[in-house]
Amino acid sequence: MKIGVLALQGDFAEHIAILRSLGVETKEIRTAEQLNEIDGLIIPGGESTTIGKLANDFGLIQPLKDFGKKKPIWGTCAGAILLSKDAHNDQPLLSLMDIHITRNAFGRQVESFEIDLDIPSLKKIDPSNKPYHAIFIRAPLIESVQSDAHPIAKLPDGRIVAAQQRNLLATSFHPELTPDDRFHRYFLSLGQPT
Amino acid sequence: MDKQVATYETKKGLAQMLKGGVIMDVVTPEHARIAEDAGAVAVMALERVPADIRAEGGVARMSDPELILKIMDTVSIPVMAKVRIGHFVEAQILGAIGVDYIDESEVLTPADEEHHINKHEFKVPFVCGCRNLGEALRRIGEGAAMIRTKGEAGTGDVVEAVRHARAVLGEIRRLQNLPEEELMTYAKEIGAPYNLVKETRELGHLPVVNFAAGGIATPADAALMMQLGMDGVFVGSGIFKSGDPAKRGAAIVKAVTHYNDPGILAEVSRNLGEAMVGRQITSIPKEELIANRGW
Repeated sequence: MKIGVLALQGDFAEHIAILRSLGVETKEIRTAEQLNEIDGLIIPGGESTTIGKLANDFGLIQPLKDFGKKKPIWGTCAGAILLSKDAHNDQPLLSLMDIHITRNAFGRQVESFEIDLDIPSLKKIDPSNKPYHAIFIRAPLIESVQSDAHPIAKLPDGRIVAAQQRNLLATSFHPELTPDDRFHRYFLSLGQPT
Repeated sequence: MDKQVATYETKKGLAQMLKGGVIMDVVTPEHARIAEDAGAVAVMALERVPADIRAEGGVARMSDPELILKIMDTVSIPVMAKVRIGHFVEAQILGAIGVDYIDESEVLTPADEEHHINKHEFKVPFVCGCRNLGEALRRIGEGAAMIRTKGEAGTGDVVEAVRHARAVLGEIRRLQNLPEEELMTYAKEIGAPYNLVKETRELGHLPVVNFAAGGIATPADAALMMQLGMDGVFVGSGIFKSGDPAKRGAAIVKAVTHYNDPGILAEVSRNLGEAMVGRQITSIPKEELIANRGW
């Protein structure tokens, strides 16, 4: 299995480092043709307006939409915004997941935070189900999920910070910034036949 | 762990989100809008771009908070602003209005000739300039969560940015070849905290994100800095002192993404109009060089 990481802008190198530590073959993705070589894609953290504009300018929007209808995609932070169908801003989106997003939902950078979350879905990866340490940076919030999209992580106050819809995954936080690789392993499990 | 706000991890983390991107100097909300539309990952809000500060002279200070707030209201991307080296009250003011990053910058007139700001005390993260590894690690030791080369701001001459990038990256390569027992002496020689010297050697790169700045004016300049191994670029006067800022800004953004693809670099470099009028470093008297401010 080969996993691509969209490398238009953002912290794609951090995702690649974790995938490599798990023994996964990786590829930086900058063009539509490169999507043909991979079995799953991660859209990293970064600035969603920049990544969306570059994806649009280099003709990647439709190929990414087509890819997501067949194969797993995981978006972290900016990537989650791109997967959504509405982010209350005039910017290019992939509209692959039936989720609505509020950008910078917690405020500016000084409100960025770290917190431990309870994520039951990760039990499949590690039965101990220890708390998941999540880093939120100018983070978006998943304000609602529709259709067969469902929340998989919430803040203690109940607000949704991760959602899944079939083999599509969106997280408001950044698993690529912590040494805990459970979320990457969870994403890899989406690509396996059940 | 309960919720912890504005930790060092979140400060460093925001810079990681800016990697592979272009941070543009803007002096009006209209500029900020153009920069965001061109694909900037962040804007640096200030009253005068470095080329004008150079030309007009006088004391260069923190910008009017009203201007910075207007720019913050205009764009959805992070907004940075500059304070004078050592001027911790200017930094308190920028902290109070909630900018996303503070640049303790040699482009402004230094307020303290001996001490930089203790950046650990602030919730807002800081970026600082450097010319070599020792200077970078001193700033990180003071709490900087992001580093940039100083280059020579406001010149449109990339030579100093290249010199400083090669200095930092070359020193890291040499550091990796030093035996453990030589690290303390090396730390003493370059005037850097021992623990950060050790950490840099283990990582093979600075412990924080490292951007290029100071003299970048073209897509080729930006791609050059990326190929040298920098994480992203600041463009100061190079965009809004050029003939067609929207087009040049977008071209530099694309060049940073596709820095290793000469075909795309050729495509985006076409028909950009006038570049900023440059000023060769060798024509500037030594005492007017901005990069020598700070230590």
